[in-house]
Amino acid sequence: MSDSNDPMAEIRASFFIECEELLEALQDGLQALDDGDEDPETINIVFRAVHSIKGGAGAFGLEALVRFAHRFETVLDEVRAGRMSPDSDARKIFFQCADHLSDLVRISRDDGNLPDDETASLLASLNGLLGDAGIEEEDEAAEEEEIDFQPATLSLDLDLGGDEDSDVPDLPPLDSLPVAAPEGFIVRFKPDNDLFETGNEPFHMLRALDELGKCTVTCHLDDLPDLDTLAAETSYLSWTVEIETDVEEAEIAAAFEFVDGLCTLDIKKKNSDEVAPADLPQAAKPAEPISENVKNESEETAPQAVAPQPPGPEEADAAQELDPKPQMAQKTQPSAAKQGAPAAAKSVVRVDLDRIERLVNLVGELVINQAMLSQSLERSGLSPHSDAMNGLEEFQRLTRDIQDSVMMIRAQPVKSLFQRMSRIVREASAAVNKDVRLMTEGESTEVDKTVIERLADPLTHMIRNAVDHGLESSEERIAAGKPEQGRVNLTAAHRSGRVVIEVSDDGGGINRPKVLQIAIDKGLISADATLSDTEIDNLLFLPGFSTASVVSDLSGRGVGMDVVRTSIQALGGRISISSIPGEGTTFSISLPLTLAVLDGMVVQVADETLVLPLNVVIETLTLTNKDVEMVRPGSHVVRVRSGFVPLFDLGKELGYREPVDDHEGSVVLLIAHEDGGRAALIIDSIQDQRQVVIKGLDDSFYRAPGIAAATILGDGQIALILDTSDIITNAISSSGVAVSPANTGQTA
Amino acid sequence: MSLEILAVDDSRTMRDMIRLALLPAGFNVHTADDGVHGIEVLEGIEPDAIITDINMPRMDGFGFIDAVRGQDKHRATPILVLTTEAAPELKARARDAGATGWIVKPFDPTKLIKALQMVAG
Repeated sequence: MSDSNDPMAEIRASFFIECEELLEALQDGLQALDDGDEDPETINIVFRAVHSIKGGAGAFGLEALVRFAHRFETVLDEVRAGRMSPDSDARKIFFQCADHLSDLVRISRDDGNLPDDETASLLASLNGLLGDAGIEEEDEAAEEEEIDFQPATLSLDLDLGGDEDSDVPDLPPLDSLPVAAPEGFIVRFKPDNDLFETGNEPFHMLRALDELGKCTVTCHLDDLPDLDTLAAETSYLSWTVEIETDVEEAEIAAAFEFVDGLCTLDIKKKNSDEVAPADLPQAAKPAEPISENVKNESEETAPQAVAPQPPGPEEADAAQELDPKPQMAQKTQPSAAKQGAPAAAKSVVRVDLDRIERLVNLVGELVINQAMLSQSLERSGLSPHSDAMNGLEEFQRLTRDIQDSVMMIRAQPVKSLFQRMSRIVREASAAVNKDVRLMTEGESTEVDKTVIERLADPLTHMIRNAVDHGLESSEERIAAGKPEQGRVNLTAAHRSGRVVIEVSDDGGGINRPKVLQIAIDKGLISADATLSDTEIDNLLFLPGFSTASVVSDLSGRGVGMDVVRTSIQALGGRISISSIPGEGTTFSISLPLTLAVLDGMVVQVADETLVLPLNVVIETLTLTNKDVEMVRPGSHVVRVRSGFVPLFDLGKELGYREPVDDHEGSVVLLIAHEDGGRAALIIDSIQDQRQVVIKGLDDSFYRAPGIAAATILGDGQIALILDTSDIITNAISSSGVAVSPANTGQTA
Repeated sequence: MSLEILAVDDSRTMRDMIRLALLPAGFNVHTADDGVHGIEVLEGIEPDAIITDINMPRMDGFGFIDAVRGQDKHRATPILVLTTEAAPELKARARDAGATGWIVKPFDPTKLIKALQMVAG
């Protein structure tokens, strides 16, 4: 973590990780409440999440976080206690508070500037929920908290009077003390029976006193009955402790903090003995019950015993008193059993990411090594039914399983990402004043951690778009006979080795005539272009395209769907769009499960083997000379159906050879370029489509233009993985040809 | 003498903090994630003192103290309640359940050690 030498820093870091988990539980709980879940455990979970954040925050002195969490928790406690019902307004505030709490957690973690205004306004909302009574209660509680660590106040009525006082003059040490004795106290202490029931032990208290100064301890055995009448669990002993010390009375009292009310305690300043006689009459009276109590046991007399404690504290009675406990215990049992399963289900180990990276790399090597082995065995002419070949097959299967398992270590459920999106929906719908509900599905779908992190921005943009542009206003929805509340669906699923994430809305669908008009107005396409529906939809991905005729607060951030597409492509993914007028729009993102493996196309250029990411290859063509037009010497375009696409020779761009003049029969890859453009690359042949393990080029290599990484192929050969957009950008700038916009970028 | 402590808290942070506070002072610390887990851990050890949180899933601190006190050998085992809640009625409830003492979070390590020494020696 941050500083492995500082345990506090480490705990602090782990606290913030725990906070993320708690915030997730909080979101889940609130969502369940919002969905009408009435299980009391749900609100308990919500309460505990906030409570634990508060507890930890206190330990690290994160004042603002503590304050806010405390108020939030107070309101939740009202709900938990059934004094407040979480109506829809309250739930809305709870969601906002949960969002704000997660902001505060992150800001506290990063030592950022606290959003005091927002905190104040949410605190006001919470106070509004509490009402006046709640605030008072709250303030009281706050005060209580502050004074909590002060010593227990000693009640005067618990004075040791009667025979204790009469004991004092008999004490030899007291008599023999010089008048000008050092500062000190006389402590009289008689434990009640209850003191022992709570597991307290007078010995420890006496020892605590001993640590405060020089003690002279006298134990009073007067009340000890004869052995035959002695009740085993009754307290008969009392003590007088003289202590010479400079400490304050409060510190003496602190030693008895836990037994306040469970004992008779009297602390007097030693030299105030002169005043003692004046105190005596007062002290004697309230003390009576105690001495009676004690005498009761010793069966001496005192019939009028009116003890503050239950009289006759025989153990049997005391045991009866404890009866409610088993019932309580029983009550907790069933709920314990009910909760048992989920908590036991997950046990987690935290591992340094570097170690996992290392393992991923090693397994990558293993996969390559295995492939090399099988190739060489095949070449050796062994019978396919030989033991070696059978064993190899098994080996192959195991390797694949190991690879999958290792990849899954880095995988995380998309849940945290989806939770962030539900917040985006809440904020976005409030900003444009639409009633929107986010439905999520497949939250447990696992994707590589890095992919999840890098998906947040594009997904946020898509969700905002769906709320802002996708869904109609409430009036339009009602007019169209739809429910007033709009819906945005966010789903994730594994599909044939990839993860598919879909964002869909039940809005009006893409307004194709309008999209077409905008594209024409902006000069993105020619006015007489005839485009299919899909082609029109794909215009949305063109740079600088924005359908909002009024730039709204929300989406008018100068970020278009083209940026979304670029970031998805950077993850090795593809994005597509489909829309039905009046019914809604769906954006579908297909991603690789991991960034460590790439779906690649293995090609041959000038006797070099190269790998291109498969997801940038739109289609492959075989050229005839009449498809190619020369714009000027050294600069060509190729006719692809209705448009022209700049044509580059990959061999030439990489410096392997002189440009080819005769294009007849050349194999060409149509590549999707960033910003939605296209370009055609001439290669010699396509060898294979396969998954390759990405090996980063070490920092000691200087960054070669057009090269993204390297891989090792099955035959042990090293192949470079190309960064096509880099190659095309360089080629364009040196040739001066514009890249033609893609109308059909998604047909790959 | 090294004391053996069982600390029960559902927050990993708090468990870490308790461990951090007590280990250097020579305590031997066991931890559990909630009341139910605490009872399980208790099976295998004989702690000199128990520290428990109140708000926990599955079995809360009150239930846990009840269950511990219900075991004959733990009738007098010191139990400190570690809680962010300082309300007197919570203390009273903890005491009724059989808690020996309490420490209010956030705790100061020296205070925690002192409190432990006060109840367990």
